[in-house]
Amino acid sequence: MTEPILELRNIRAGYGAIEVLHDLSFAVGRGQVVVLLGPNGAGKSTAIKVVSGLLRPNSGQLIVAGRDVTGARPDALARAGLCTIPEGRGIFPNLTVRENLVMATFTGFKLADVEERAYSRFPRLSERRNQLAGTMSGGEQQMLSLARALATEPAILLLDELSMGLAPKIVAELYEQVASIADDGVSVLVVEQFARTVLGVADWAVVLAHGTVQAAGPASEIGEDVLAGAYLGSSPT
Amino acid sequence: MQQLLTFTIIGLSTGAIYAVVASGLVVTYTTSGIFNLAHGATGMLAAFTYWQLRFDWDVPAPIALFLTLFVLCPLFGALTERVVMRGLQGTTEVVRLSVTVALFAFMIGLANWVWPSDSSREAFLKFFEGNSVSIAGINVSWHRIITFGCAILVAIVLRLVLFRTRMGVAMRAVVDDRNLTELNGGRPDRVSMFAWALSATLAGLAGILLAGEQQLNIEPLVLLVINAYAAAIIGRLKNLPLTFLGAAVLGLLDSYYLAYSDESWFPQSAFGFSLAGIRAAIPTIVLFIALLTRPQSRLRAGIVRFREETRVPEWSTSILGAVSLVAVVVAISGMLTRSNTLLLLNGFTMAIVALSLVPLTGYAGQMSLAPLTFAGLGAIAMAKLPGDGNIATFVLAVVIVAVVGGIVALPALRLSGIYLALSTAAFAVLVTKLVFNQKQTFQSGNIAVPILKIPFVEIDSPRGRLILTATAFSLLGLLVVAVRRSRLGRRLIALKDSPAAAATLGMNLTRTKVAAFALSAGIGACAGALAGDKVSPQQYDFTQSLPVVLLAVVGGVGTVGGALFGGLLLGGNSVLASVVPSLKNLSKILPGTIGITLGRNPSGAATQTAEAFRVLKGRWNLLVFIGAGAFVIWALTAADVLSHWTFVVTGVVWFLAVAPNLPLVVASSSARRATAVVYLAAGLVITAAIDWSTALDVTGQRLIAIVILVAVIGLGAQRIMESGPRVRADSPDVIGLDRDFSGEEIERAERELRVVIR
Repeated sequence: MTEPILELRNIRAGYGAIEVLHDLSFAVGRGQVVVLLGPNGAGKSTAIKVVSGLLRPNSGQLIVAGRDVTGARPDALARAGLCTIPEGRGIFPNLTVRENLVMATFTGFKLADVEERAYSRFPRLSERRNQLAGTMSGGEQQMLSLARALATEPAILLLDELSMGLAPKIVAELYEQVASIADDGVSVLVVEQFARTVLGVADWAVVLAHGTVQAAGPASEIGEDVLAGAYLGSSPT
Repeated sequence: MQQLLTFTIIGLSTGAIYAVVASGLVVTYTTSGIFNLAHGATGMLAAFTYWQLRFDWDVPAPIALFLTLFVLCPLFGALTERVVMRGLQGTTEVVRLSVTVALFAFMIGLANWVWPSDSSREAFLKFFEGNSVSIAGINVSWHRIITFGCAILVAIVLRLVLFRTRMGVAMRAVVDDRNLTELNGGRPDRVSMFAWALSATLAGLAGILLAGEQQLNIEPLVLLVINAYAAAIIGRLKNLPLTFLGAAVLGLLDSYYLAYSDESWFPQSAFGFSLAGIRAAIPTIVLFIALLTRPQSRLRAGIVRFREETRVPEWSTSILGAVSLVAVVVAISGMLTRSNTLLLLNGFTMAIVALSLVPLTGYAGQMSLAPLTFAGLGAIAMAKLPGDGNIATFVLAVVIVAVVGGIVALPALRLSGIYLALSTAAFAVLVTKLVFNQKQTFQSGNIAVPILKIPFVEIDSPRGRLILTATAFSLLGLLVVAVRRSRLGRRLIALKDSPAAAATLGMNLTRTKVAAFALSAGIGACAGALAGDKVSPQQYDFTQSLPVVLLAVVGGVGTVGGALFGGLLLGGNSVLASVVPSLKNLSKILPGTIGITLGRNPSGAATQTAEAFRVLKGRWNLLVFIGAGAFVIWALTAADVLSHWTFVVTGVVWFLAVAPNLPLVVASSSARRATAVVYLAAGLVITAAIDWSTALDVTGQRLIAIVILVAVIGLGAQRIMESGPRVRADSPDVIGLDRDFSGEEIERAERELRVVIR
């Protein structure tokens, strides 16, 4: 692996007096798709929050493209090319589809370009451009949030629980899109509870438990036993 | 016909001003979720500033306008956002609303200070005064035409800004999801700042237009906002076209009333009650109707975690507090002058009013802006019911007002949050305008409320009334504690935390809300029924309710101690104003200034103070030591070694600066302990050695000296021990999360949870 585009070094972070991430370290290589796996409460979403800048780590370093960006504001990271699609739906429900795309232009792209790319990839959004985003179906809402990732050509894409509340068929479609985004050279860090859905897309997998890395390796080599161990609480042998 | 047309034009031009005000309200509400009660006050300040530049300093009108509207107003708005509003994320609606009340009080105080109402001023002229054009045979002044033009311009500009610019889209995006806006690369802080700046400019424009139409007076300009509330609510706080329509309707109603109220067919009274106050009540009535026809607010699911935290009061500390409060009042009331007794009496009365908010606002999370209205109703009932103030009359008066409170709550039950608060405000204004000004209630401007007759005790002096009121506060405080610890108390908390969860558990939300309102109205009525003196309707005016609500929240509306703190602060504030003329202006902006800091400490001052004293809990040796110290100070005073003011100052320093630091002193390393003990002792001795009765000759300066002394001695001692080991009152919720439990911590947790230990 060459120099990683994203690296967490000895991150400790949490909420108030409660520490969630204990000495967490892992890296995402350029163009790689890395999946964070682990049971509820392992610290996956907290890790995403740290990387996106929403949560300031108590100690440790966050390195993006070789630069220490620990403690940078989320909006600054976003403008620098880090696209985060947070847990739930990454859209503004009370804005129209088009206005949601306007929000994507803070990254420096022209609205016309953003719209063109979004609509060509997801024609259904074009039909609904003047509809309030919150009134669309769950799958369409996630399309809209992925459209932002597509249109703004980020260096890194963070995805948190894309599948939440969606039918398996839709989830599969969405991950096809993620795969094609990755093919364009975008590095992706994805959090997913449903391991099998993403292992097919991912290059590398990191298994978290109790706020620290329990196992890591090529996605194809993460075996059922490691996963079962992490999810069920026994240590892998 | 001619008359109808003329008044239509007048009405529409008034409506145009309402529209500009209301659109400013909508802009801040939709972008920051804060309903700015101080919006009208902003316009008032802008009008005064413009007057200062234009008419007092003779700056040419275009330059004065530009400076006011495009430099000072945006600056003021942006500053408000940066300093005050930004700290309010994650607080309850109650706190957010209170902060705008504080801002309101602050700005009125500031205007009164800078532009005293008694000084003569040059007139505030309309734009192009004297010029008018004739439209269809009716003379329309240029000022009116400019007003129309401004409203239309504002409508167009707002539409363009909100829907056609990225800043406008971002403004609406921030409301939806602040974090996501950041993840998109937007800067929510800048967006909010822009929104507040824009809103302040709109308020300023409306203020200047209105000041030309009416005159430059603080009150009408500030209360202008009530009309705007009604328009904004008609627009459901987000729909601008509907808001403009509502504003036009309000303007027309007002104007037609002016035109036709003198006609013979117009009803002058109803059911024997005069309708003279109806003009002022029109916007309120419209507001009430608009609120009640709103679709029912949906129950919010999910857990809302607020930054405010209060603990369940314990019987032991509550009873101890109640008894010692009465004891302290009995002990010091003999030393007070008559005027100070009356002020303290007023403080305790306000404390009871503030206490009425504890179950309703503090526990149940239902904001009420009308606590004094119920006190006023209580005073009327006490005076009008037969029995001349015996206990049965008192009880009956309280019960009647409680029932009224419950009934009034019924139509408001469908509302929550800001809508509920506004409907209580509407209720307060309606009662003030339509009930309190009738000859059946306050004939000749005031009524005498009889003093409560208690068997075997004759109360006729202010001191007696002070002790009675303090005792009443203590008993009502215990009642509120009892409610909190009962089933009803848990229901009230549930109502605040998650109405949806409470409803799914089968709890009757309606009954709980009615109970909360009735209880609150009953407690408020006690304050009025105990007045024991002549009272006037002005005392129970809606605008007087606002500082009470504010100071209750500042004190900590979730606790009885907070209500006491807030009430006494309100009383103490008037001490400051009446005793020290030089500080009168400071006292005007004081409540507002305190309230503005709420964002930093949303749980209130009492809660914070209680946290400081929590370290003392269960440390009997220290408590005995503190009690002994207090006794020594009292004994020295009784022996005439210390003057009364020295007694007050030393006592406050002992309790607030020394006592909370004692556990730290005991726990710190020996070298630091010695330094700290010497420091504290020296501070105390110096305080006691000064005769504060003669050293400073005005009460206000003494009060300021107390604050400075407490800060210097208390914080100084803390600084000395800072690097030593700290005794923290950790919340038991977080013990053992990052490491294993120690035996002592397990014991503590069991104590907190009241698990029986062998």
